[in-house]
Amino acid sequence: MKKITSTVMLASTLAFAASSTFAATLDDVQGKGFIQCGVSQGLPGFSNFDDKGNWSGVDVDICRAMAAAIFGDSEAVKYTPLSSKERFTALQSGEIDVLSRNTTWTATRDTALGLNFAGVNYYDGQGFMVRKDLGVNNASELSGAAVCTQTGTTTELNVADYFRSNGMDYTVVAFEKSDEVVAAYDSGRCDVYTTDQSGLYAQRIKLKDGSAHKVLPDVISKEPLGPVVRQGDDQWFNITKWALYCMVNAEEMGITSANIKSKSGGDPGVKRLLGEEGSFGENLGVSPTWCANIVSQVGNYGESFARNLSVDPLNISRGVNALWSNGGIQYAPPIR
Amino acid sequence: MNKEESAGPPPSTTKPWNDPAVRSIFFQAVLLVTVVTFGMYIFGNTAANLEKQGIATGFGFLDTTAGFGIITHLIEYNESSSYGRAFFVGLINTLLMAFTGIVAATIIGVVIGISRLSKNWLVSRLAMVYVETFRNIPLLLQIFFWYAAILRPLPSPKNSINPIDGLFLNNRGLYLPSSIPEDGFTLVIIALVIAIVGVVIMTKWAHKRQDATGQQFHTFYASLGLIIGLPFLAMVVTGFPLSWEMPVLKGFNFVGGTSITPEFIALWVSLSIYTASFIAEIVRAGIQAVDHGQSEAAHALGVKSAPTLRLVILPQALRVIIPPLASQYLNLTKNSSLATAIAYPDLVSVFTGTVLNQTGQAVEIISITMAVYLSISLGISMFMNWYNAKMALVER
Repeated sequence: MKKITSTVMLASTLAFAASSTFAATLDDVQGKGFIQCGVSQGLPGFSNFDDKGNWSGVDVDICRAMAAAIFGDSEAVKYTPLSSKERFTALQSGEIDVLSRNTTWTATRDTALGLNFAGVNYYDGQGFMVRKDLGVNNASELSGAAVCTQTGTTTELNVADYFRSNGMDYTVVAFEKSDEVVAAYDSGRCDVYTTDQSGLYAQRIKLKDGSAHKVLPDVISKEPLGPVVRQGDDQWFNITKWALYCMVNAEEMGITSANIKSKSGGDPGVKRLLGEEGSFGENLGVSPTWCANIVSQVGNYGESFARNLSVDPLNISRGVNALWSNGGIQYAPPIR
Repeated sequence: MNKEESAGPPPSTTKPWNDPAVRSIFFQAVLLVTVVTFGMYIFGNTAANLEKQGIATGFGFLDTTAGFGIITHLIEYNESSSYGRAFFVGLINTLLMAFTGIVAATIIGVVIGISRLSKNWLVSRLAMVYVETFRNIPLLLQIFFWYAAILRPLPSPKNSINPIDGLFLNNRGLYLPSSIPEDGFTLVIIALVIAIVGVVIMTKWAHKRQDATGQQFHTFYASLGLIIGLPFLAMVVTGFPLSWEMPVLKGFNFVGGTSITPEFIALWVSLSIYTASFIAEIVRAGIQAVDHGQSEAAHALGVKSAPTLRLVILPQALRVIIPPLASQYLNLTKNSSLATAIAYPDLVSVFTGTVLNQTGQAVEIISITMAVYLSISLGISMFMNWYNAKMALVER
């Protein structure tokens, strides 16, 4: 129903607002005192809440980093859990300020929806999970399988492309919520569950017997996941981009939330990052110590990754998400 | 007097702005202009704002390739079909659900409604428990319940339940053999058409004869015999020109035959059972609205219970039943949009779900969907109004 609400909201905004360019999101955010952050409905490691209602995950950390940069307080964030169907409408209608919800950067989404992708915080790829007792070892053996997936995702299209281009038959069973997909797969409605590989590892925890299932080695698509903002507000776009770049640069320079106090002075690159030199914060429209706040309160990219993804029960390795200097492809423009 | 009559009515002395007719036209014109201007303003403003936000507009997307699969499609559809085609697949799935749901809900509802009035204590209590249980639980919960109830206990395809040859039941659905007509099958269809025409003519003749002589004719059994017998005869003559395609387990799933998905069954069962509980109450109310004297009079004339219900009570009860029944049919149709929760690909799930997300054209897609639901509802409404007019008490 939320879908309908936000769609109707979008329609009425579009119909009645004299001007709806959504300029100056920063002013709005500063006025209300918090960032409204669109997240998933519970994807361990990316955006998930514990029994006390606290959100955590690498996607959540982007929003916390932005709050740290703007308010100097990483807790000044309110979260809106969204299904994959609802997410873009919620952002377009202004219900949320930033969408940080394991969202794949594609040409259509970037160009036709009035949205901008502000970088990639996780390089992912789509994979398949099956029951071990099926005896399937790779995706090419899946012809004729029933595939459970979520509506309104790139996953739905990739799986169609993959089976079609390999001349294999399949039946798609598409649900609205990821929990419904997992439940249906668990009860045997489908042979295969497909989503981004990180998601497969994360959802496997929710299965009745996770050890009876395995993730196939095949990766059938590129899924660069990143935060999204509305098109036409360059200042807000910049803040989102640089909140992420700050975390990546900090990791590259070896600055962590633990050692940041002892790092001041010395290396000019470090001084620029910590706001002791230059006017980067001012240019962004936030405080000079924006990046120092992010690192001290949220941590650098590596810390965020290790805290959320490299721990039990996910145990996701850095892989392509390692820094470029360590053989990965995470690379941030320099702060200078 | 004569002079006045020849001059016609005296010229009106009312000023135009005091004339009720002129005033009503004026105000209606003002209202019309306001509504049209408002509509044009909204339309123009929406277009301008979409443009300003850089969101694509227009209906061109309907011709682009959809690129996703749909599990249930009654018309030809594959991943390379267009979004427009996907729209029709969703629409037909919605109509299928609405139609089968309405038929089932009506049958169950009428049976339960009449049972509630039964003199048998057990039957009437059971009917009451049915009504109070199913109309007081939210529909979405019932859908999830039936979906789980169907999915959980059923075995995997490899261990399918196979009660009779060619019929398989598992957690992927119900698989049945599908019939493939061969040469000579047209004769069977022709026989069926002849049988139907024969039944219509016979019914008219039976009515005429009863009007003239008072003698009754067993129209029902004769019709049944005609409709089953004649095509069967044709089958025998042509040597059963039907072959069956059996579902076969191949790889992960069954291939061939006809299949009904668990999503369809779960949604159909829950919609029918839920709506039937309301229809049962409507039927009961309708029957109780008929004056008790009517059945007493019929009994006094020696008419038995069953014909009393069929010929005296129900025709009068229908006048009360039809208008609220139409609302229930509309409810069922609109409730079928809850399909999206359990992966039945109805219009909302396919079109305002997947298509909206792939294209992002919310304004166009939501407008089309609203227009479609409005048209379906108005269609059902028109049919029920026509039926209501036909059934209304004709005063003599």
